[in-house]
Amino acid sequence: MTALAEIMKDAPFFAGLRTETLELVAGCGSNVQFEPGALIFREGEQADIFYLLRHGSVSIEAYAPASGPLVIETLEAGDVLGWSWLFEPHRWHFDAHALTSVRATAFDGACLRAKCDADPALGYELVSRFAQTLIERLQWTRLRLLDVYGHVGRP
Amino acid sequence: MSAAPELAAPASGAMVPQPFRVRRRRRETADTWTLTLEPLAGAPISPGPGQFTMVYAFGVGEIPISVSGSHDGLLVHTVRAVGAVSAAICNAKQGAVLGVRGPFGTTWPVQDAVGHDVLVIAGGVGLAPLRTAVQTLERSREDYGEVTLLYGGRSPGDLLFRRELEWLRRRGKLNVDVTVDAARPDWAGKVGVVPKLIDGAHFDPETVIALVCGPEVMMHFAVTALRERGVDTGQIYLSMERNMRCAVGHCGHCQLGPTLVCRDGAVYSYDTLEPLMGVREL
Amino acid sequence: MQAQAHLREPARKVQVTQLDSAVLEPDALESLVSALRGRGYRVLGPRLRDGAIVYDDLESADQLPIGWSDTQQPGSYRVTRRADEARFGYAVGPHSWKQFLLPARLRIWRSHRSGEGFEVEVQADDAQRPPLAFVGVRGCELQAIAVQDRVLLGGSYQDADYALRRDGIFIVAVDCFEPADTCFCVSMGGGPQIRGECDLVLSELLDGGHRFLVRAGSDRGAEILSELPRTDVLPRDLAGAQDAVTSAAARMTRTVETGDLRDLLARNLENPRWDEVAERCLTCGNCTMVCPTCFCTSVEDVSDLAGTQAERVRLWESCFSVEHSFLHGGSVRRSGRSRYRQWLTHKFGTWHDQFDSSGCVGCGRCIAWCPVGIDVTEELAAIRDTDRAPA
Repeated sequence: MTALAEIMKDAPFFAGLRTETLELVAGCGSNVQFEPGALIFREGEQADIFYLLRHGSVSIEAYAPASGPLVIETLEAGDVLGWSWLFEPHRWHFDAHALTSVRATAFDGACLRAKCDADPALGYELVSRFAQTLIERLQWTRLRLLDVYGHVGRP
Repeated sequence: MSAAPELAAPASGAMVPQPFRVRRRRRETADTWTLTLEPLAGAPISPGPGQFTMVYAFGVGEIPISVSGSHDGLLVHTVRAVGAVSAAICNAKQGAVLGVRGPFGTTWPVQDAVGHDVLVIAGGVGLAPLRTAVQTLERSREDYGEVTLLYGGRSPGDLLFRRELEWLRRRGKLNVDVTVDAARPDWAGKVGVVPKLIDGAHFDPETVIALVCGPEVMMHFAVTALRERGVDTGQIYLSMERNMRCAVGHCGHCQLGPTLVCRDGAVYSYDTLEPLMGVREL
Repeated sequence: MQAQAHLREPARKVQVTQLDSAVLEPDALESLVSALRGRGYRVLGPRLRDGAIVYDDLESADQLPIGWSDTQQPGSYRVTRRADEARFGYAVGPHSWKQFLLPARLRIWRSHRSGEGFEVEVQADDAQRPPLAFVGVRGCELQAIAVQDRVLLGGSYQDADYALRRDGIFIVAVDCFEPADTCFCVSMGGGPQIRGECDLVLSELLDGGHRFLVRAGSDRGAEILSELPRTDVLPRDLAGAQDAVTSAAARMTRTVETGDLRDLLARNLENPRWDEVAERCLTCGNCTMVCPTCFCTSVEDVSDLAGTQAERVRLWESCFSVEHSFLHGGSVRRSGRSRYRQWLTHKFGTWHDQFDSSGCVGCGRCIAWCPVGIDVTEELAAIRDTDRAPA
């Protein structure tokens, strides 16, 4: 097994994938790192990567003209960052910064899409996993929408 | 029958507020204050972790408030101003006198948790009823397994006891993990929900004891996350709230199904709560 | 304290052979009332007022509802004239004895500002309040008093005012011989025969001469009985009294299957029947007001305009009010459906969990005084019939 596949095997996101599949995906991956405070991506830029965080924390931010940047989520080791590679127009919707020094594996979107077109079973595995992540993020977002700690009288 | 209120018999101890003077007050957030109270007459009260008292603002009214600290005969309450009575209590200046009845209710099972991993999960102002339990766990740290405090709030400005949390984190005896719903970039901590903290916490699901306190919706999601990790209902404890008037089991207001929150709670085992929490408007 | 002793011992049947018994002429009731008043009791009993038989001060036995009966149906209560001059020829009216033990409005304490703080005034006034004598207590009502004793005296805290009012009450109970159609005390175990602790039991006999069989249930009851103009008890008196209650029990048409009510209700919290009754229930709370065991109260803290004096007042409250379950920002029980469910499941179900007995004594007041005539016995039967999952 390649070194990258070895690392990926232990990540919960890739749990259950066969070695061949891991290698296929690893073929599109490369290790990256970011200094604390570094910009990982900016809203609107081309988004053809997703990151598997292996060390450190990342903040995802929205920018509102009057209030400035607002952190809407932080992610840690084991979390996956980015799903815009899956769907057109492949643009980032938010900013992301490294909060600490960050080590991650970056996976090339075009490379993965090509492999998924060739191997639908691979495509199914990846999309299922991303769907699960998206559902979890949606649940968390909805929970915050309830504003449970908020002022009384709110629904 | 006379329309005017008849005079009652000699007021019995349990229904008469004892005078407590505000010795110190500290603002925690925009709408929450911590008051340190000293008894003016009679013996100081010694509440167990998770108990509450009925706090009275002269001429305004009385509400149940969880004890957030007690030491050297002093009583500490952290109060959020959400109505007329709580606002009056929060406005009490240093030297003002409030009335206190109690303590009432059940306690967090810090004794039974000896030898186990302990997970303390708090949301918003729910950290206040857990504070004395956290202090006990920290003091007697060696009696327990892995001890973790997970705390979620609306924003960094809404977090209670920030300095104490920092102190706990630096001291390193407990794992402290804090998250907020949203923040400005000057917040160096986590932004997300409490269930996510639960997913990432280290504990033995078979034996951990989880103490949970916060808005009911937040507790519900926390319990779901705990159960997804294999924690059994008998290992989970929640602090519940209902309308409370007398706190001594006589007025009928605080009923929660077959239980009375003033007597069988506020701290409940989730074993007892599970069949009740699925019923809307119970 | 007598009230607590009452709780520790199980209710005993009146031991006829143990204490005194006698037969009284109806006029002798005047002597009974005098004897009680002479000992300083405030005598309370049934009186006809505003078209109903209510409980109020009794200065003379002439004030009893002589020759009056009642006719009760779901949503209906009428007093009717009898052909005889029975003193207790009715069932129960809208009042229960709880208004004297748990007054509808009561000042718990008064306080005034003092220095930086305040002082609560401790009033010692029991000398001013005379002990109470209840004349005409039904078996269901005796049971209801015992039920409230458990709630207010049987827990970790005792209600001091209730205990003081309760202490030393002289109870003249009466066997029931004229149940209403709304009665179901046989199902709930409280009557029609007197079973609980009391000082005197009256059995009104009409056949073969209007008279009263009186049995003492306590030493002080026997003491008063010894002062009254009396004749000896004959076998026909005992038989007559027994026949009256047996016949009364047999005439009761409404029943409740009580066996596993607590579990039945606990597993039927989402039964569609609640939606059905909610369409009729007005959440007016009449049932809670006339019910002899309903005990919910609220407290009001009031101060004068100057802000120097404050009082805490205790008031009756009903679980049918939306405020009852208010919890910052809203009420837990917002719908009428949830409030009716709360009342019924508490009365017949969770009361067992909380106080180790049923909350209902089968007096039927809630059925008669419900403006839309909701019948709890019918509701319980309907839930049983549509039981979600038999255990």
